[in-house]
Amino acid sequence: MFEATAQNRRNRKVEGLFRLLFLWMTCMLILPVALVLGVLIVRGGPAISWEFLFSPPTNGMTAGGILPALVGTVWLVVVALIASVPVGVAAALYLSEYAPDNRLTRAINLAIINLAGVPSIVHALFGVGAFVIFFRFGTSILAASLTLAVMTLPVVIVATRESLQTVPLAFREACWNMGATRWQTIRKIVLPNSISGILTGVILEVSRTSGETAPIMFTGAAFFLPFLPQGVLDQTMAMSLHLFVISTQVPDVPEHMPFGVALVLISMVLAMNGISIAFRVYLRGRKKW
Amino acid sequence: MSVAEPVTPGAAGASAAILVEKLNLWYGDFQALFDVDLRVRAGAITSLIGPSGCGKTTLLRSVNRINERLGYVRTTGSIRLWGLDVLDPSVELAQLRKQVGMVFQRPNPLPLSVRDNVLFGTRVHLPGGKSPTRAEAERIVEEALREVLLWDELKDSLDRRGTELSLEQQQKLCIARLLPVKPRLLLMDEPCSALDPAGTEAVEELIWKLRGDYTILIVTHNMAQARRASEECVFMLLGEMIEHSDTASMFLNPANEQTAAYIEGRYG
Repeated sequence: MFEATAQNRRNRKVEGLFRLLFLWMTCMLILPVALVLGVLIVRGGPAISWEFLFSPPTNGMTAGGILPALVGTVWLVVVALIASVPVGVAAALYLSEYAPDNRLTRAINLAIINLAGVPSIVHALFGVGAFVIFFRFGTSILAASLTLAVMTLPVVIVATRESLQTVPLAFREACWNMGATRWQTIRKIVLPNSISGILTGVILEVSRTSGETAPIMFTGAAFFLPFLPQGVLDQTMAMSLHLFVISTQVPDVPEHMPFGVALVLISMVLAMNGISIAFRVYLRGRKKW
Repeated sequence: MSVAEPVTPGAAGASAAILVEKLNLWYGDFQALFDVDLRVRAGAITSLIGPSGCGKTTLLRSVNRINERLGYVRTTGSIRLWGLDVLDPSVELAQLRKQVGMVFQRPNPLPLSVRDNVLFGTRVHLPGGKSPTRAEAERIVEEALREVLLWDELKDSLDRRGTELSLEQQQKLCIARLLPVKPRLLLMDEPCSALDPAGTEAVEELIWKLRGDYTILIVTHNMAQARRASEECVFMLLGEMIEHSDTASMFLNPANEQTAAYIEGRYG
């Protein structure tokens, strides 16, 4: 009574086939990542040294290190974070905690989705028009970072809103039913239980912008500037643009240099992601309800 | 006029804690309540029974106006609490909700310590977001937990998270946290339906003990519970109030045929 029929065997075969197919697709997904990292480590690894990390480029960028670009990228990302986080978090709080479900709210949501789809070169030109020319920030870290901030705002909003939504509605209802206002509810219950998720999500999203080239190349990033920036109104070198420049614009760059720059850039992003993910896992483990 | 003012004896509806008149309610185009009239006796436990979708939860949620959060709700008619119209636009919702506590189907203690759960309401209503003094806080917490019969179990674990308690304790805590702001009316939406039989019995006992001090309006799906744990009973069907009488006579001798059919279990 429990023997497999022909139909059972056929089903089992099909089952195995699909399992294999999906497994294969998943491996295909990992393959490029592994290849990129592998190639970068093998070919860029030899370029990495203290001198490479901590000295400015020399000999028309065919020798020396990447310090100004490294420091510049940190500046750009940090200023972009400072600019985008308050606005993004406030907008997400409004949309998640206050906004009624009406036409205006839906229009705003649609705008956010569309803003996320705007190509970065369009953001770059917007940045030139708005920050460099109209607000007279000139080509500077400030203009470049604000451009990055505008570009990442939609993802900051989405990440924040997702984090806010992990706080169950039942908690909010409990508060409202005790006469708490929206703001009291946010301050006492919603934010304390989502702030960690918001911060990690936001850092993750914004740090991804460290690889962006188009938005900064017209607004604040310099081709070659072997000094460290002193303030937000200075121009600066940046890792992403530096990589583009030495790979395509400068003759006779030793082959290991662009690979080294790419390796450092990707390590920065991965390190940020790693910290952010570890932080999130740690906090999730602590959260109980 | 605030609902916090004491009731003038002899004023219209003084003996009624809740007086609902000609209440109609629409969710968008869908009408959920039809000309509901209801008089809830002060200090008694009144249960609302009826099949799913009959409007009993809607009625309950109209009393503290939590329904309005859904922007598309429209109401006509009046709901008076101790003689004062709560649908009046001048009513301050924070004050209304201080007077009217609500207990939910699923226990929903806040992700805070037991102590902070009990003190939450007090803190919300203190001016300038201040906290009560330490001694005051201790007293409030002990009093509220004693009232819901949790003090002996929890007096040594006031720092535990409310969300880590057993469901029965959670639901009692949810009742306890309403009490420090001295509500006069407690609304309960199937308060035992997430609990096991022992928990149900314990919470029912607690509700029974609270009657007299508080007016209690309780929605229930559980016929036996309505019979055990309420003094008056209201039967609703398809958004209309069908019958309202004291519990014993409704179950022994329902006046309406549909009520009889429902409590005998012919539909539900």
